[in-house]
Order: sequence, then structure tokens, then C-alpha cells
Amino acid sequence: MNQLLLLLGKRIGAALLTLLLVSAVVFFISSLLPGDAAQAMLGQSATPEAVAALRSALGLDQPGHIRYVHWLGGLLTGDPGISLANDMPVAELVATRLPKSLVLAGITTLVAVPLALFLGIYAAMHSGSRTDRVLSTLTLCMVAVPEFLLATVAVLVFAVKLRWFSALSYAPPDASLGEFLSAYAMPVMTLCLVLVAQMARMTRAAVIDQLNQPYVEMAVLKGASLGRVVLRHALPNAIGPIANAVALGLSYLLGGVIIVEVIFNYPGVASLMVDAVTNRDMPLLQACAMIFCAAYLVLVLFADICAIVSNPKLRS
Amino acid sequence: MSAHVEVQQLQVVAETDTGGTITIVDDVSFAIDKGQVLALIGESGSGKTTIALSLMGYARGGCRLESGSIRIGATEVMDLSREQLGQLRGRRVSYVAQSAAASFNPSRTIMDQVTEVAAIHHLMPRQQAQKKAVELFRALALPEPDSIGSRYPHQVSGGQLQRLMAAMALISDPELVIFDEPTTALDVTTQIDVLRAFKKVVQERNITAVYVSHDLAVVAQMADQVVVLNKGAIREQGATAQVLDAPRDEYTRTLMAAARQPQRHGPELDSAVPPLLEVRNLLAGYGKIDRQGQPAVPILSDINVSLQRGATLGVIGESGSGKSTLARVIAGLLGPAAGQVLFDGEVLPPTLKGRSREQFRRIQIVFQNADTALNPAHTIARILGRPLTFYHGYRGAKKQQRIAELLELVQLPANLAGRPCSELSGGQKQRINLARALAAEPDLILCDEVTSALDTVVGAAILDLLTELRSKLNLSLVFISHDISTVRSMCDEILVLYSGQKVEYGRREHFVKPPFHPYTDLLIASVPELQQGWLERVAQRPALPEIGRSVKSLELCHFLERCPVRIDGRCNRLPPPRVQMQRGNEVLCHHGEQELRELEIPPLKCVAGGAG
Repeated sequence: MNQLLLLLGKRIGAALLTLLLVSAVVFFISSLLPGDAAQAMLGQSATPEAVAALRSALGLDQPGHIRYVHWLGGLLTGDPGISLANDMPVAELVATRLPKSLVLAGITTLVAVPLALFLGIYAAMHSGSRTDRVLSTLTLCMVAVPEFLLATVAVLVFAVKLRWFSALSYAPPDASLGEFLSAYAMPVMTLCLVLVAQMARMTRAAVIDQLNQPYVEMAVLKGASLGRVVLRHALPNAIGPIANAVALGLSYLLGGVIIVEVIFNYPGVASLMVDAVTNRDMPLLQACAMIFCAAYLVLVLFADICAIVSNPKLRS
Repeated sequence: MSAHVEVQQLQVVAETDTGGTITIVDDVSFAIDKGQVLALIGESGSGKTTIALSLMGYARGGCRLESGSIRIGATEVMDLSREQLGQLRGRRVSYVAQSAAASFNPSRTIMDQVTEVAAIHHLMPRQQAQKKAVELFRALALPEPDSIGSRYPHQVSGGQLQRLMAAMALISDPELVIFDEPTTALDVTTQIDVLRAFKKVVQERNITAVYVSHDLAVVAQMADQVVVLNKGAIREQGATAQVLDAPRDEYTRTLMAAARQPQRHGPELDSAVPPLLEVRNLLAGYGKIDRQGQPAVPILSDINVSLQRGATLGVIGESGSGKSTLARVIAGLLGPAAGQVLFDGEVLPPTLKGRSREQFRRIQIVFQNADTALNPAHTIARILGRPLTFYHGYRGAKKQQRIAELLELVQLPANLAGRPCSELSGGQKQRINLARALAAEPDLILCDEVTSALDTVVGAAILDLLTELRSKLNLSLVFISHDISTVRSMCDEILVLYSGQKVEYGRREHFVKPPFHPYTDLLIASVPELQQGWLERVAQRPALPEIGRSVKSLELCHFLERCPVRIDGRCNRLPPPRVQMQRGNEVLCHHGEQELRELEIPPLKCVAGGAG
């Protein structure tokens, strides 16, 4: 048991270290963006003196590593700075947007993961059959279609032509269930299509890999039914790879959410980040980037922990 | 009374990629009476496992039971529906697979898997099934029968897992049990225990069984009837005694000849010449080396051996004894923690980094598994061409000519050169593997279990080839094997390793009659003999002598835990001395020569043994 804790501790420590490195990369890469906030705030006609004055007021004239240490310290104490573009604390801006992004991601996860697991396992159980081939072709098509295309087509068909849903996805806090569903239907659907396809393919591969193992043949020769073979024998050993597939799929959601939020004009963190890029609003951009990176690391960490805990060789 | 199991004119086909079919089992008929054991023997590709599995109405992926009749009791297996087959499998016919390690689900406990058969077929309540499982564990002589079930498969040894799998097969009291090469993957010293346990339950419970094996000596112990198969067809069948003593078929005789190892003598050696290879005070292992110079996982300790030019050194021991580690140290793949390897009088740099291309060239290694050692995407010419260019700078026509010569040397047709090695058979691949080593024109070849993955007949041909090459090219060989009869047949000198200790070292002739080290004795006595009744003659092992606690911090004899002649107060307190026997063998043991000769070590010699 102690060994397991040690293993998990090491894994979590490695994740934290990665996050630290990521923060440095995020900070220095974002400072490579052309132009700076002082220029952006004062506009093209500003005198160089005015720009310089504002730069020093904002602390932009200090060397990079000092700004990094200040910024990192701020992040750790929960204060990622003041947004340069609209003079509000970044924390506050993020706090209004993050829950909305989480709701979108959460709903998508709730729909996509069970659906993907079901499709993947079903296809693996009947691998080579007509259903499997149809599912394979469909999922392959879905993986190949970029989500901005899906999102645009969805808007065109469901909002413009059929007028079932609004092109803008926003549910007010007091929305009824119907309004809520109608607001989320299109972004969730768009995200799910790509996500389910990827996760289902990887789940199928993981389960089929296990179904080819000798212990599965042994279970068949013990008289076990197909359902029992898959659920009781193959699946427990496929948890590691499946958790990884889910984590990778969900981390893909992070990228997809940027496009989807923008196209459906959904007020989440991703659209906030896109605004930050346009405004050269470094503190906001960096905070958003860190949120995405942290989410990614948490997902991968979660998958690793699943794999460790589900494997008796690592557990004991 | 008609036979309990009857197979008639069975035909099994495999579907090819192009949609056609190939017959892999053709016109096979046999019958088994109740309580009898029938052996299916043959080499790989003979269809023995396919036939055994067909008794459960099962065919592996891409294969199909095409025609014929399989009757078990009153049931015609070929007529059963999918559901009915599910009811037959595990309950009436059960299966013990070759590799228990792969056939147990790694993420479920052993008890869970053993009693699953009872749950699938609703045979008895869980509690009762667990009780029955524990009884079977006890009957199969498993240690800690009450608690072993709560472990996971990776927490027990290979031999134990194989017996646990037999318990899994027997829990439903099946009418027919199929044993599919159940001891092939085991060390010979473990095999004998497993065979004994199987034989006991088969006799006590009057089980009808099919025993699949390629090993005639094992079959001789287990079976009443033998069916000899080759390429999916029956060559000969009859009572075990008749097939073994008076085989009627030519193919059976070939099998028997391959099983009996001939003496493969090398040239006479001049012992006055300084040795080609010398290993001095070697200590090696894996992981970090601590302040005392000990690696985190020590494997080999205090190894001293030397090898004459043109001679063959056999290295023998069970899995985990450090045989391959020794080869890796000599080849420079693993740096020693202490000690030296001398080659042609010079100290070799510890790892590959320090060695020159010439030193690389002179020592070559041939790995056990040609399937993984050779790149399946490369052609034979490319595999052999690379060392030719690398070591000798051969190019163009010169290279092609040399490739042809090498193929001739390993007795393969020259037109194979353009083929990818994935198209070759196992024996051919091993020849290419050998030719790749020969391409460097080495002085020393390290052969790591080169015939273990091959069938007996194919393996014997490789051994003959090695013997011939050795005289022709004046090669020295380090021949690593777990099989004492192969080593005795091939080698001039033999090094016996047990858990990294050099327990015995000497000339081949001295490994025929005692005195031996107690471990060597166990090793030699555990090799099944090609005659019926050997297993019964070899008595049960008596309980090991009681000893007190071992002194830690001293390098005691590693065989202490299993030694039938250990001495309390000596073996567990003092490091064993290295004794030079009169005839020249070196033995690491507290017993002296006279004692070892007189000990007549009890495990396998006396006929009326005590209880195990």
C-alpha cells in the first residue's frame, strides 16, 4: 500500500513539476507575441514617450525573469494580475467565465464518455461484423471532419435554415430546462461528434487488444458467455488504456472548445482567451493558458492514476 | 462398452486471406476409454493443439471445424449450438493451457478465476466452490492452500500457476480434461513436481484426459495411448509402450532419435595454449552500485571461468540463475560491478562504449528468439550485409558473394537472400540469426538458448550445424541452455549456475556420475527419461532437513532453501567453500568429495521415498 502511495506521490510530483515548466513556457512564449499592451491600449497615434510611461507603469520594462517570478508568485497566491485591457482583476474575469466553460465541458463529457465507451465496447465485441464496419467508417469520418466545419454547418442547418435553436448559445441563469437544452444542444453536439468518434475508436482498439490475449481464450473455454468475457475479463485489463483514451479525448475537448465557443459565441474561458490575444492582454492570456494546461495535466494524471489503481502488479 | 470419447475423420480448415481454405487437420480418428490418458504428440504445426481444442468445439481465429464427428459420452460436439457449447466447455470438458502465466487474467485473484467455472455453470454456491478449490490446491501439493487463492497471478511462481490452472480445470469434475503442453514452459526441476501432482490427481480421480506434448519423455510418464501427428495427419497410434519401444512409423523414429542427444564431439584441444576467454572474480547485477560495490539487484557473484580457443563452454541453470547476464557481461551489454573479462589475454573494456570495432567483431551473440532478434521488414541480404559492410567494408559483388557463402555455411539455399525473413520457418530464421553472427567472422559466439524455441528435430539440426561450424571455423562457443542433456551433448566444459552462484564447474565427462553438487544432482535427476514408469521410480522428495535461522550479511549457499542435504549450523552459518574434486570438478558445497559420493542424495535416488 505504501508503495502505491509512493508511486502516486511520484506521479503527482511529476505533474506539478511539469506544470511549473509549462508556466515558464507559457510566460515566455506569450511575451514573444508582437506588440504589447501599452501600444494596444494607447493606439497607433500615441507618442513613444506616452507608451514608455505606460510601459513602466505596468511593469513591462522590467527584465523577463523578474516579471516571471512576480507573475508566478501571483499565480500561486491566487492573484494572476490585472487585466491590461479592461483594468479588472484577471481572477474576477476568469471567475465569471470558468463555470460556464465547465458546464459546457461537463455536459459534453456526460454525453460523450458513456456513448463512446458503449460504442467502442460494442464494436470490439462484434469486431469484423457489419455493425463494426459501419461504426468504424462513421467514426473515421467524424475524426476527419474539423469541428469548425461541423459547428458552422450546424449553425447553418439548425439555426439558419430550420430555426430550431438560436445561433448564440447562452442560457440565462433562470432558464427553463427547455431553454437550457436548446442553448446547449448545438455546441455539445458539435463537440460530442468529434470526441465520441475518437474515444470510441481507441476504446475499441484497447478492448480488442485484450480480447486477443490467451486469458480470454481461457475464459471462453471455461464456458463464459461473450458478455461475461468482455465485462469481467477483458474490461478490467483495458481500464488503463481506456482511461488514457478518455483523458486524451477530453483534453482534445479543450482545444475544440475554443473554436466552438467562438462560433456559438458562448461566454466561456476559451472565448475570453481569444479576446485576450486580440487585445494583447498578457496577464489574462497567460492565466487562461495556464487553466487549459492545468486541465490537460489533471486529465492525464487522472488516466495514469486509473491505470495504476486498476493494475494489481502496481497496486501491491 | 464403447469408448468414452470418440473422434472420427475430423477435418479442420483454416481460411486464407484470399478466401480459399487450407486443411490443417485431416482425417483424424481416435478413441479414449474412460479413465485413460491419450497423448497427442508432434512438432509445432502438427495440429495437436487444434485437435485438442476441437474436443471443446472450439477453433482458433480463422479456423473452422469442417467435417467429421466428435462424440463425448452421448453428445455429438459438432452438432451443438453456441449456447450448448458454452454449457459443454468448462463443465464437461476443461482445458489446461500451455502458459498459465498468460492464461490467468492478471487483474483478478486466483480464487476468483478458479471458482468462476462453478459460477458460470451454476454448479454450487460460492462458499462451497471455494472450499472445493482449497481441497484441490491441497491435492495438487500447492503451498499454503488456504490462502494462495487470494493472491494475484503474478504473485505465485510459474510451476504453482500451472497447478492452479489444473485446479481450475478440475473444479467442475469434468468428464474430459485437456492438458495442452502444461509443463513445456517450466524449468525441469519444477516440471517434475507438476507432473507428479498431475499424475496423482489423474489417477486418484480416474480422469479421462488428452495430453498434448512435443516431449516424448513426458508423454511416456503420463499417457496410456499415444497418437503421433505430423502436418495435421496421424502417423501412428497405439499403446504408449508399443509406440516408444517398437515404433512402426519412420517419422516416430525420427522424433525418438532427436530426443536422444548424441555426443557431438569437437576437436581435441591443446590445453597448453592460453585461454581465449577468461572471466575473473565477476560480480554483476542491475541498478545502482552501492558503497560496498554491490549492485542494487545482484545477479552474478564470484564467477571465474575460462574457455580455450575452439572449445565450448556450457552454462546451465534454471530461469533467473544469471545465465543470460553472464553472456551480456561478456558481450559488453552490461558492465560488471567488479571483476574482469579477459579476451585473448587482454582485459576487455567493461561496456560497449569502451570497446573497439575489432573487439566487437570477435565476440558475437546469438539470441534465443530469432523472431525478435531479426527485423521482419528486412531482407536476408540486408540482415547479413550490414555486418559485412560494418566490420569488413564489403560492398557490391564481393558482399553478394559473401552472403551466398554464409547461406551455404548455414545450409540454406542462396536464393533466400532476397526474401524478407518473416517468410522463413523458425529453424531457418535461427540459421539466419547464426549466419548474421558468422558474418563478423568472430572468434567467440555466445549462444543464448538458441534451440529452446525450436522443435526437437529442428533444434537437433541446429546443434549439429553448430558442432560442424565449430570444427570448420575453429570457433569457441559459450552455449547457454536450461537443458542438461543438450549441454552434455554439445560442450567440453560445463558451468552450473544457481541463483548467480557458480555451484559446479568441470569437464563434461564428470556430469554423468556422482559426486555432484546437490543442485547438479537435482538438475540431472529431474530430466524425464524416455521410458514408462520413470516418474514412479523417482521417489517423492522427502522433507528438507530442519535448519535454524540463517546468518545474514554473509554470502551463504544460495541453494540452502532447497537443499536436501543441508546441515544445520554449517550451511546456514558459513559461506560454502569451493572444493576441488579429485577428477577436477569444482564444487561450491560444505560437503566434501567423499561425503557427496556417499550421500546418495535422497531426492530422487531411493525407490521407497517418504511423503513430500
